Amino acid sequence: MTTMLEAYASVTGEDVIRHLQQLAQPLQGKSIVHVNSTRVGGGVAEILEKLVPLTRELGIDARWEVITGDTEFYQCTKSMRNAIQGNRVTIADALLKHFEEVNEQNARQLQSILEQADFVFVHDPQPAALLKFCGNRKGKWVWRCHIDAGRPHRVTWHFIEQFVRGYDASIFSLPQFAQLLPHPEYVISPSIDPLSDKNIELDQSEIEAVRTRFDLNPEVPLIVQISRFDRFKDPVGVIEAYKLARQYIPSLQLVLAGGGATDDLEGEAVLGDVRVAAGDDPNIKVLILPPDSHRTVNALQRLADIVLQKSIKEGFGLTVTEALWKGKPVIGGDTGGIRLQVVNFHTGFLVNTPEGAALRIRYLFTQKQKIKEMGFKAKEFVRENFLLTRQLREYLTLMVSLLHGAEDRIELG
Amino acid sequence: MNMSKNPTETDEVPNIPQFFLKDCALIAIATSRRATTLKEFRDQITGLSQDSLYYHFWGNLLLPRFAEREYNNDFASWARHSLHDAKLAEQLAVIDPIAVNDLEELRHRLLEYIDDRLEESEYLQWAHASQPFEFICSQIVVFDTHIRVDKPDNMASYIPGMSISSLFYHFIDARRRTDDKIDDFRHWLSGFGETYCLLIKRLSTIDPYFCTLAELRQQVGAVFHQYFAEEI
Repeated sequence: MTTMLEAYASVTGEDVIRHLQQLAQPLQGKSIVHVNSTRVGGGVAEILEKLVPLTRELGIDARWEVITGDTEFYQCTKSMRNAIQGNRVTIADALLKHFEEVNEQNARQLQSILEQADFVFVHDPQPAALLKFCGNRKGKWVWRCHIDAGRPHRVTWHFIEQFVRGYDASIFSLPQFAQLLPHPEYVISPSIDPLSDKNIELDQSEIEAVRTRFDLNPEVPLIVQISRFDRFKDPVGVIEAYKLARQYIPSLQLVLAGGGATDDLEGEAVLGDVRVAAGDDPNIKVLILPPDSHRTVNALQRLADIVLQKSIKEGFGLTVTEALWKGKPVIGGDTGGIRLQVVNFHTGFLVNTPEGAALRIRYLFTQKQKIKEMGFKAKEFVRENFLLTRQLREYLTLMVSLLHGAEDRIELG
Repeated sequence: MNMSKNPTETDEVPNIPQFFLKDCALIAIATSRRATTLKEFRDQITGLSQDSLYYHFWGNLLLPRFAEREYNNDFASWARHSLHDAKLAEQLAVIDPIAVNDLEELRHRLLEYIDDRLEESEYLQWAHASQPFEFICSQIVVFDTHIRVDKPDNMASYIPGMSISSLFYHFIDARRRTDDKIDDFRHWLSGFGETYCLLIKRLSTIDPYFCTLAELRQQVGAVFHQYFAEEI
């Protein structure tokens, strides 16, 4: 077993790694390319950073390519993401044309790699049109949609659909995120990497240093939401919940910490609203963290008594998974993948309003033993279901399935 | 550990059956079929593929879910938590996929309970569930681990190290595959004649539906371990 596989075995158990090695056998000699739009920031990049080398350690030739685009392109894809998640955003024809042009330019650059690969995984809408410009492709192409496309703005969806229909399969994080497409639509939840800086165990001294750096009081309760400053994450609703709960827990502290991805251009406006809502309350810390602040985020999640993810629309919600992995109960919005992870009274609470979030904050700080009990269950729940090794297993299964056609039971020799 | 790997024909001892250890991986596929009312639910079940029925009774055990399972199938769980009909949930939860001859009979039993409730309750004719039921189907990939276990007492030490998917394949999936609808362990042990009757009986008391696969592995391992500890 290689060093990386050994390291994962120490967290997941050796049986899990042995299983991956056996499943990878039929894929020996195959080549895989993952393509997305950013090398740094956001859940997709974080996963690919580990998924690709781990795949290689199983003897499969895997690589990761990133498309490049200008400000106009990212402006278009940001609107596109919002529209696919249901916002009624109208995107100008000129921007859509530019989207195709950028994909064509990138396809020219990557053509030989993409056309020769046995499997190409294209992540999210940004590079979705690459397929159109790779006419001599040899392998199977899979579109991996990380966002909730269950109720998209129809005009934008039809635009994206014209590119996606030609793929051999697609992957959605939850069945309700899927749209009807003329190929198999696999359901694979994302996962977290337990050995990444964002999730690895930290020394208490490092955690305390973060507490000191952000002037957090160790003697009083702390709630934390880690998210981009995005309307779907409802940071203003979190502040409302904090204000309601503070009437009963006067010393309560709130940290709202947001990173930024290179393709996220809308955050500034939301951040402005957050600052207005926070006012001059010294117990609210609004932190803008650079994209490489993984260990800081890790420490903040470990410092929290309760983690919030009060999204009103969510893809899967990997920040929820990360918090659960640190043994914290999560108060999460009753939406998307948060529903799969937060189980009322077991790993946290699902809420629909700031009032609901405030109620559950009060409940947990009154029943402090529950924080501990839920936290323990939460960590084991993630260990069994949402670690990187499980996601890799499902990617391997999908590739084996694509090689063997549509049978519901594939018996390998 | 007394087990053989990649046995050749000459390794095999005549008349003593070997346990061929297999493993599997399952992947879910969205069908874009949904139901929001009980009538829609009924109509979808009427035309549901067999692998989808399989998934909602068994396959989902291999996919992410919370440990404490209230109902033994997704249909009952939806009836309770989304349709909010406790009676139908209880009735659907009683359906034991092992107790029916095949998946068609399973479908028939489901439809009977649903039709009865639709006749009984006017409310259920139009009530909308708080969350739609998402019908899923699945593909299962089965592969040989090339591990053979030749003696039941060796199995006791092997089970704790088995993958949970291997346990799923041999303890749960086997009930669909085999003519006698029992798990592979009992099927294998019965090949030794009357020798392991008590062990077979103890394995038959394990209910696989209400725990995680990791807990199930622990239970099956404990039964083997205890049996052979008593033998000594």
